Amino acid sequence: MSTTTVHKTKWWSGGKSPFNLEYGKVMMWYFLMSDTFTFGAFLISYGSIRFSQNTWVDHNVVFSAFPGAGHANLPLAFVSVMTFILIISSVTMVLAVHAGHKGNKQGVIKWLLWTILGGVAFLSCQAWEWHHLITGEHAVLVNGQIDLIGQTMGANPWGNIVHDQAALTSALANTPHETLVHLVHSQDHSHSINQLAAMSDTQLRGMVDFAEIHVREKGPIAFGGYFFGITGFHGFHVFSGVVINIIMVIMTKKDVFKKRGHYLMIEKAGLYWHFVDLVWVFVFLCFYLI
Amino acid sequence: MQHPAFEEVTVQHEQQDDAAFNKKIRKTTILLSVITVIELALGLAIYTIHKGPDPNATLILAFKGMICILTLAKAYYIVSVFMHLGDEIRNMIMTIVVPLLLFIWFIIAFIYDGHSYKELRNEFDKHFQETTTPVQHQPAEKPQSPVGGKE
Repeated sequence: MSTTTVHKTKWWSGGKSPFNLEYGKVMMWYFLMSDTFTFGAFLISYGSIRFSQNTWVDHNVVFSAFPGAGHANLPLAFVSVMTFILIISSVTMVLAVHAGHKGNKQGVIKWLLWTILGGVAFLSCQAWEWHHLITGEHAVLVNGQIDLIGQTMGANPWGNIVHDQAALTSALANTPHETLVHLVHSQDHSHSINQLAAMSDTQLRGMVDFAEIHVREKGPIAFGGYFFGITGFHGFHVFSGVVINIIMVIMTKKDVFKKRGHYLMIEKAGLYWHFVDLVWVFVFLCFYLI
Repeated sequence: MQHPAFEEVTVQHEQQDDAAFNKKIRKTTILLSVITVIELALGLAIYTIHKGPDPNATLILAFKGMICILTLAKAYYIVSVFMHLGDEIRNMIMTIVVPLLLFIWFIIAFIYDGHSYKELRNEFDKHFQETTTPVQHQPAEKPQSPVGGKE
């Protein structure tokens, strides 16, 4: 019985793929589905912990920096750049797959290279963001003194703002010289670190203005681990996607697909790359938007 | 008509001409960008409401819900158009989509569990409640003990 129309085909009668796809692509889809559950489990676990806390991190406080913009408060700005980079690299991947359909070798190489560029740009953005979060120190009230900490797996400075002036004043009295120097430096750029270090503690304490510096409590411990874990796992996917695309470029250049007669391998790489974009849509939602 | 390389693939995927393909891709790209811009606008709206003197919790929740729906729309277009799942036969679509229905249970069950844990802790662990509930802007009566790590 030859196939007449799609609707009348007996897909399960044997001798053909019931999914009308070749083995490799079906398996890529199943791999991506299992990966969906891995990422889903991570993000749902994050949500579960978040719902178990009375207070959570305000993402607009955490993600408000932009490269080269200093201390300007720009919530959502940098992450929207990252999001658009991934969307555009997804589009260039579609174009690479389309060029493959038509056996257009130069087209495949051109669009794959643009996709690789997008992936590298995204990874660079993420590297900057991580670096900024880890090294950017903020004032926290901990154990009766002021401390300056960045966001790490162990602690983060994103708790509730401390409004209790008496507690802050007494904490300031317990705060060591080194911390005072950096605390003053974070708001007052007219003195160098060395100039400040030469001042007495009393002078430095007089220069701290709690109307300017928001001292917070330590934030929920889980936030750092979830953020670095999930964005790191996604970044690892982007990285492996870039590596796969580089391999695809090399294979295309060596005419491997031309000799094979089809560019289906580019489609499988494309599926993986789009999946990376798809995961980012949800990471973007869970960490940056809600 | 069989696939040139795989005889198990019995029906060729429709070959689109360049014009139709380009139009479809351009349309989807613009759609994804517009949805992202709307999401960002809603995100900024939430930020502004939060900053204001009297944040409206219901409005924030509604905006967050809208963002979630827009995200699902984005996911649909990426999977359906960019990953071409929409062009596959029904068997293929179902083998991917049906298992994903587990997420409905997955999300509800675990978010509910987290919420329930919080309620139980607030009821039976007053220290947890007192030290982690955000204080309002009015200065507290007596100095609050600093909160270290929350176990």
